Amino acid sequence: MANKTKLARQFIEAIPHARALGMELTEIGEGRAVIRMPYDEKLIGDPDTGVIHGGAVSALMDTCCGAAVMSHRSAPGGTATIDLRIDYMRAATPGQAVVVTAVCHHITRNVAFVRATATDDDTDRPVATATGAFTVEKGF
Amino acid sequence: MTRKRPEPMQVVKQRRDAALNALVHGVPYIRFLGIEFDRRGDELTAVLNYSEDLIGNPFLPAIHGGVTAAFLEVTAIITLAWTNLFPLIESGEIDAEEMAEGKLPRLPRTIDFTVDYLRSGLPRDAYARARVSRSGRRYASVHVEAWQDHHAKHFAQATGHFLMPPPIVSNGD
Repeated sequence: MANKTKLARQFIEAIPHARALGMELTEIGEGRAVIRMPYDEKLIGDPDTGVIHGGAVSALMDTCCGAAVMSHRSAPGGTATIDLRIDYMRAATPGQAVVVTAVCHHITRNVAFVRATATDDDTDRPVATATGAFTVEKGF
Repeated sequence: MTRKRPEPMQVVKQRRDAALNALVHGVPYIRFLGIEFDRRGDELTAVLNYSEDLIGNPFLPAIHGGVTAAFLEVTAIITLAWTNLFPLIESGEIDAEEMAEGKLPRLPRTIDFTVDYLRSGLPRDAYARARVSRSGRRYASVHVEAWQDHHAKHFAQATGHFLMPPPIVSNGD
């Protein structure tokens, strides 16, 4: 299990786009992953307010959900997104990091089901939530 | 039978392109992803210029699912905003030059966005077009499709709902 976690961590940290967005994997294991994305001006979607673009949150959600799938004890290898729905509850506060927690709550031989929540410093009020279905791949 | 003499083509093109460029280049995240918009009349095609930073799976390699989602979302938002702004830019209610100077109208805000991944995104340029299914006073529904080599073979599609910004008040002249 520890080996699987290590493999998933290495995989996530090798993703060029995850690096480009400055993502930091803080927790992973047992079908659960937590990834932090620091605030950066290049991610701004609304220049008037400095609020980051929804697309950057989507990229973070997608990465974190994939990491959660790969860390599940029944997942033999990599994964790809089949579908991902994101609900945006409020704007992330400018200057604050966005932290996503994803849980792979069910997995079959072919499909993994994931839920995720994004928050900023105010952890009681989610910024966004996501639900997704992912493929279960034999290898990477 | 009299009708207004049509404006010279360059005047029309310059106004439309200035407004569109201001809208697109005003958003840092769109620049970060390397997305540009190709305009033919009022129709827009988004172009995602490929770079290695967009890769999500280095073993395949394939474009990151998050990049695909972001590309579709940017296409939906800009197309929706453009669809609503176009008549105002044409009538002069919105001044394209003022837009170019940084006086930008507010963009629609995403309520929800659902992406279907149909096949993996190849490491090359991608294109997308959005269709505004419904645009009301407060809410809008937009469908968007993305492709690479073959227009008929979409690699992703999405539907999203958006909260519209308050209407731009006409200054009455």
